[in-house]
Amino acid sequence: MQVKINGKPEEVQGTTVSAILKAKNIDPHMVAVELNDQMVDRAHLDHAMVKDGDRLEFLFYMGGGR
Amino acid sequence: MQFTDEQITRYSRHILLPEVGGKGQKKIAQAKILIVGAGGLGSPAAYYLAAAGVGTLGLIDGDVVDLSNLQRQVIHHTADVGRPKVVSAKEKIAAINPDVAVVTHEERLTAANALKIIGQYDLVIDGVDNFPAKFLINDACFFAEKPLVHGGILRFDGRVTTIIPKKSACYRCVFKTPPPPGLVASCQEAGVIGVLAGIIGTIQATEALKLVLGIGQPLTNRLLDFDARKTALREIKVRRNPNCPLCGESPTITELFEHEAEICAVRT
Repeated sequence: MQVKINGKPEEVQGTTVSAILKAKNIDPHMVAVELNDQMVDRAHLDHAMVKDGDRLEFLFYMGGGR
Repeated sequence: MQFTDEQITRYSRHILLPEVGGKGQKKIAQAKILIVGAGGLGSPAAYYLAAAGVGTLGLIDGDVVDLSNLQRQVIHHTADVGRPKVVSAKEKIAAINPDVAVVTHEERLTAANALKIIGQYDLVIDGVDNFPAKFLINDACFFAEKPLVHGGILRFDGRVTTIIPKKSACYRCVFKTPPPPGLVASCQEAGVIGVLAGIIGTIQATEALKLVLGIGQPLTNRLLDFDARKTALREIKVRRNPNCPLCGESPTITELFEHEAEICAVRT
């Protein structure tokens, strides 16, 4: 199925946010996840179902400043 | 307050703007802005806010200038290496604009001093380089009910967002807690393209001035991400999170605390 990840359409395998993160090799601790503009709690990534056409944002921490 | 002829000339390009005018310039002259971290983001923010005529600029930083800072921390000069950053920055601000009263806090922001210091200002600019401090600033601004302009830079990427406590999404609404120590690069090992500090810090200063003037649309409920490799900006909509541990419906954070300090090494 196709979903939009960080604004870009992508073909993904898997039906949960965790599965997509795993397929993309992203450690869930490194990102905050938004599914269709709603934050998904890190504890619920396994249960967050993703369907065709959904929009995902993987927001990486950005910590610098000095 | 009355502006002198000299001040009217100095601020004439602001006063000419219908959105600013003499009235707006007075608001700027009465504003008290705290910049946390006199480094990469703090340098351009301090420069432009000083030039703009912000009445009181607070600087908090406990560090001294290091040679490796000069690639991006443009308020410090080569001769300042080894000197306290707040002292170095105060001198440059005074040289740009003697109208600005600079208050220096030569210390680190902590859970013990944050509310007392932040309470003296109208708004806060985050220019720190580590997650425990970013979360502490977010929490302190929430408890003190002060608007916060958050910024972050890493490698070729930068991010800005404005937080109006209890009205717009806070940092914890998006990032509940800091990443586990060592997992996400935030320290000197990661590197950063120096100009990013200028771009992001200047956007932060823009946001601060807009808040002071009460004009335009603040960068609230939006993360503005800048990718220097592509020279592209992307806006990510965020919203207040009912499960936010700080500003949500059943908060678990009810007082200031400090997250564990990061280990300054990137796990590979």
